[in-house]
Amino acid sequence: MNAVLKIVLQRLALGLLTLLIVSIVIFTAVNMLPGDFAEAILGQGATPEAVEAIRRDLGLNQHPVVRYFQWLAGTLQGDLGNSFAQANFASFVGDSSGVRTTVAQQIAPRFANTMFLAGVTAAIAVPFAVTLGILAALYRNSVFDRVANVSTLTSISSPEFFLAYILILFLAVLNPILPSLSNIYEGMDFSERLQKTLLPALTLTLVVTAHMMRMTRAAIINLLASPYIEMARLKGIKPMRVIVRHALPNALAPIINVIALNLAYLITGVVVVEVVFVYPGIGQLFVDSVKIRDIPVVQACCLIFAAAYILLNLTADILSIASNPRLRNPK
Amino acid sequence: MSTFLWVLLAVIVLLAGGWVMRFAGQKATGNKPVFRDMPLAVAFGYVLGAALLVFGAWYYFQPVESEQGTPIAGVIFFRWGLHLFAVFAVAAWLFRLAGRTIGTDATRKLFRKMPLTASFGLLIILIYAILAIFAPLLAPHGQEQVFAQANIVPGGNPALGGNPDFPLGTDQIGRDILSRLIYGAQNTVGIAFATTVLAFFLGGSLGFLAATLRGWMDQILSRAVDVLMAIPSLIFSLLLITVASAWVSGFGLTVAMVVIIAVIDSTRVFRLSRAVGMNIVVMDYIEAAKLRGEGMRYLIFREILPNAMAPLLAEFGLRFCFVFLTISALSFLGLGIQPPLADWGTMVKDLSALINYASFAPLAASVPLLAAGAIALLTVAVNFVVDWMLNRSSGLKD
Repeated sequence: MNAVLKIVLQRLALGLLTLLIVSIVIFTAVNMLPGDFAEAILGQGATPEAVEAIRRDLGLNQHPVVRYFQWLAGTLQGDLGNSFAQANFASFVGDSSGVRTTVAQQIAPRFANTMFLAGVTAAIAVPFAVTLGILAALYRNSVFDRVANVSTLTSISSPEFFLAYILILFLAVLNPILPSLSNIYEGMDFSERLQKTLLPALTLTLVVTAHMMRMTRAAIINLLASPYIEMARLKGIKPMRVIVRHALPNALAPIINVIALNLAYLITGVVVVEVVFVYPGIGQLFVDSVKIRDIPVVQACCLIFAAAYILLNLTADILSIASNPRLRNPK
Repeated sequence: MSTFLWVLLAVIVLLAGGWVMRFAGQKATGNKPVFRDMPLAVAFGYVLGAALLVFGAWYYFQPVESEQGTPIAGVIFFRWGLHLFAVFAVAAWLFRLAGRTIGTDATRKLFRKMPLTASFGLLIILIYAILAIFAPLLAPHGQEQVFAQANIVPGGNPALGGNPDFPLGTDQIGRDILSRLIYGAQNTVGIAFATTVLAFFLGGSLGFLAATLRGWMDQILSRAVDVLMAIPSLIFSLLLITVASAWVSGFGLTVAMVVIIAVIDSTRVFRLSRAVGMNIVVMDYIEAAKLRGEGMRYLIFREILPNAMAPLLAEFGLRFCFVFLTISALSFLGLGIQPPLADWGTMVKDLSALINYASFAPLAASVPLLAAGAIALLTVAVNFVVDWMLNRSSGLKD
């Protein structure tokens, strides 16, 4: 157990370091922008004194390195700064108890929505993909396998919005089963919320299932040539049992890995899908903020996406180490 | 909830059907092994497939119009889909047949063992290349040409509000949609191709450099790539495009996007070419070349590159798909290829509202899907070809 713990701790430290460096990269990229927060909220006709006052107030006149550490410290405490879009001059010069919209306030509900969408997607996609992968491995080279192969290749290759509009066409317009717009609001009861989330979740399922299924199939088929599978087959065990009891446990590491990687991929896919369905998640907020150049929000969203991505990749790493019996039980 | 019950009922009926079929088969064939050893799940699969085929055939021959004269869109879309599938299948088959009889010995041999999916892929790539190169000759109108009549219905039937001059209608500001679709091949595919080439040039040469030089150069490049790969690529490119949009706009932003995506994607190419290069630099012929006193450029381009061609070519196909999809997604979000250049992602976004009219105007609703489908078709085609190439080079059969 000791060796595993050591490797896991190493990976964790490495992940934290990566996150730190990524935050530096994001901060540097954003600070390459001309102008700053003060000029942005005051507009073009601002007097130099007013700009200077706000800069002093927010500490923008300090050295970038100092500001980076202030931003980092704030982020760690959950303070992501103020949004440009919601900010106005009055809220900065007047009393500080005024109506400042912080980035954290804007992001928090949307982050919860996105997590809900990702959760629903994972709950549908993971069992579906693994079952399909096992079936494809069981009936390999049959008609079923070929159809599954071609259709998953097609769904991998299609852009997310194509799948989304096809689903809208068939499930919302021609047969009005599900709503095509996901207007989620607070205080919605669970079943209604689930119904409105289902169409974007199905789209994302189509996007991620293909890869997971192909990897599951490949991982199992890789093992089928090994002697112990041959032995199990010669004992007369049924093919399904050979795969589920004998092949699957040893194929688990690559399968878990690819599941985690695909959940990480969801993070990128979620942006486009949220825009198509007008789903009030963090991806939509990100795109809107990019369009109006709301820098603090862009910066914060980017950091959250990167953190989630790194975290999921890290989880994949750790789980595949933990599921390797040779590492778990050293000689 | 009732949908769920219907599905459950269908599964039970199909299971019973499967059992009956297996039983009948055992009796009729005198317990042949095919039926004797058939698990119930397999019987279920056969019955399900047969049921789907029967349902498809029945649905295909449904009337396309109700008694009141309104179109039944579901049937129409089903017919279109089936026709499209049949046309593609026949075209791919004919293309393979042509490839087997025309051309040199080498190409004929290539076509002889080609699966239908691969010949379909090659055919589609060929068609797109022709469209992209000859777009100005093929398109009836210019891509930026604005006509007085906006929002003309597709179909070209004046009785229904169409215009024969614009077979697919015009968009919300009066540009011909067919011309923009054709120009889209030039812009979207061309820009994606240029981006991929740039990414390969950057990533490939740096990767080989890292593999040949090793030492601190390799360390710095690899760690930098690690960091860049830790940020999801679409998110990072959106961030950088925000930054770039403060400096440039319009066509300049398109160029900035090309550079940004090329740099982000070159990290993946770097990984692969470094790994492939590592395996090659330990070969004897590289040692010999070094002893001959060849320079770094000769080593990379004349010794390593030709030997790394096969994996890089397959990677080029996959990378192209990825870049193409990223650029389309960015354009769809309104942050990629900038107007007035015609491009498929932007067209889908602009025309997407038409899908809501699908139940009474199927033709109009198919226009945004046509643009999105054009993107999907090319990536599917490239993937089919790459799949075939990888299978051929690795000799995998299972």
